[in-house]
Amino acid sequence: MGKTFSKPAALSDTMTHYCPGCTHGIVHRLVAEAIDELGIQDRTVGIAPVGCAVLAYNYFNCDFQEAAHGRAPAMATGIKRVRPDLIVFTYQGDGDLASIGMGEIIHAANRGEKFTTIFINNAIYGMTGGQMAPTTMPGQRASTAPMGRDTDQTGMPIKMANLLGGLVTPAYITRQAVLKPQQINKAKKAIKQAFQYQVEGKCFSFVEVISTCPTNWGLTPLDSLKWAEETLLPYYELGDVKTPE
Amino acid sequence: MAKVLMKGNEAIGEAAIRAGCKNYFAYPITPQSEVAEYLVKRLPEVGGVFLQGESEVAVGYMIFGAAGAGERVMTTSSSPGISLMSEAISYIAAAQCPAVFVNIMRGGPGLGGILPSQADYFQATKGGGHGDYRLLVLAPDGVQEAVEMTMQAFTLAEKYRGPVMILGDGLIGQMMEPVEFPEDLATEPTNKDDWATNGMATRTSKRRNLVKSLFLDPTELNANNLALKAKYQQMKREEIQFELYNADKDYQVLITSYGTMSRVCRTAIDQLKEEGIEVALLRPKTLFPFPEQAVYAAATKESCKSVISIEMSMGQMVEDVERCVKGQRPVEFYGECGGDIPSPEKIIDIIKAMI
Repeated sequence: MGKTFSKPAALSDTMTHYCPGCTHGIVHRLVAEAIDELGIQDRTVGIAPVGCAVLAYNYFNCDFQEAAHGRAPAMATGIKRVRPDLIVFTYQGDGDLASIGMGEIIHAANRGEKFTTIFINNAIYGMTGGQMAPTTMPGQRASTAPMGRDTDQTGMPIKMANLLGGLVTPAYITRQAVLKPQQINKAKKAIKQAFQYQVEGKCFSFVEVISTCPTNWGLTPLDSLKWAEETLLPYYELGDVKTPE
Repeated sequence: MAKVLMKGNEAIGEAAIRAGCKNYFAYPITPQSEVAEYLVKRLPEVGGVFLQGESEVAVGYMIFGAAGAGERVMTTSSSPGISLMSEAISYIAAAQCPAVFVNIMRGGPGLGGILPSQADYFQATKGGGHGDYRLLVLAPDGVQEAVEMTMQAFTLAEKYRGPVMILGDGLIGQMMEPVEFPEDLATEPTNKDDWATNGMATRTSKRRNLVKSLFLDPTELNANNLALKAKYQQMKREEIQFELYNADKDYQVLITSYGTMSRVCRTAIDQLKEEGIEVALLRPKTLFPFPEQAVYAAATKESCKSVISIEMSMGQMVEDVERCVKGQRPVEFYGECGGDIPSPEKIIDIIKAMI
């Protein structure tokens, strides 16, 4: 009997630095599986962000560039415009994409750049140690919001998928989660679909993934899944926000 | 090829195409927007890529991405825009990608003005962005040289796998002069398979490539900085360009000046000669690497009593001149930086007061 389960070719053998219970590893695998299944590994270029996934290039086995904080969509634009035959994706967190990189993602999406963005939303800055992000929930504690996010001072959490879905330019915009197996299966389909649209040269594709950060939430991995399910999902509704058809 | 009359900004755009660059990303800013307006029409004719980015910050990273993918790429901007691109320039230098940046300088600081200036000498030659990097900086004195330097810039960027800057004052971009495009300055793009993210499929090695500037291990970061330093040392040995004017005479005063300002200085030198006063000019064509030994040699010629750096700034290149003269002669400075260019008469008065 042959092997029934193995590591995707688009993932490297390097051990990740992610914390126990962090869902980055799951999403990395889903992206790698999509790359394998579409047979695009040898023409794919990833863009690593600044944040927890800054070292993502160590974990994927394809060409990679590393961006400055928030600038991945501009770099992806540069690559994709001069080499439309390459498959380009950015992998960004919520501080990177929704705060410092808001300008770059909005304009790349609005131009309909034919690349794919995987957006990890865990409602906090991870790498720098748990500061408040634009996606932090009202009342959620963070090192720069020790009494909990005060929406009078900082506004409401930004729903990135909905914001980008509001643009008139055709795109594939979806929000998924990886908190339980059914969600992971759906997220896998969405990520593969996002890459498929790019392979077809169809549109900009964006997959927001609701994720966890047990370390900076101060919760166990299991409690993190529960907290995300109960607190994040009612606000960040799952499903396709927009499809290009 | 016959000469054609072209505006500097348009000639720079055409020179890029002639040099084999078919990728251009930019954001509008006076006084260089004509480059974009020219290339948006011209690039489609050669199957090239034109994109107006949402900001100079984004454009800097579009350049980084395209350069990292191994394609020849250029942007043009003016002073405040270059400030915004300086973050990307630092990353591009660290990640060792070839790219060409053109700064058609306007007055600063802040919004400053839109008239010609040379106030970005420090920004171009001493950093601008963070970290231990240098830009190879070419400073044309007219439209023809802007064409030649733009074409050379792509060759140099690939030779050193790093960012190269054309530093011209606003007048270089705005004035029209007859130009020709020397075919011998166009080079074939180098093979970038050993480092560029151009897709594993195109490479025989089938090994993946990484373009990055993060080196968390102190030994690795130091090694990357040493590699950059070695390139800058090689530039100092191989790329210095300068021009001497009237330096075969027994001159009393040596002027150092570059760009448009140096042409006014030549006029002043010609007029002073008619009055029997010999003055020489040393014009750096590369601002980094700076013609250190040439400045020292010209300044310490026996007949030379003093040196003056004349700039459209409040005194920037003069600091390099002082460094190179090593206290052997007094070094003076004259500059204006509001947008008016000092006249030959003004320079003549200043030189006469020195002797």
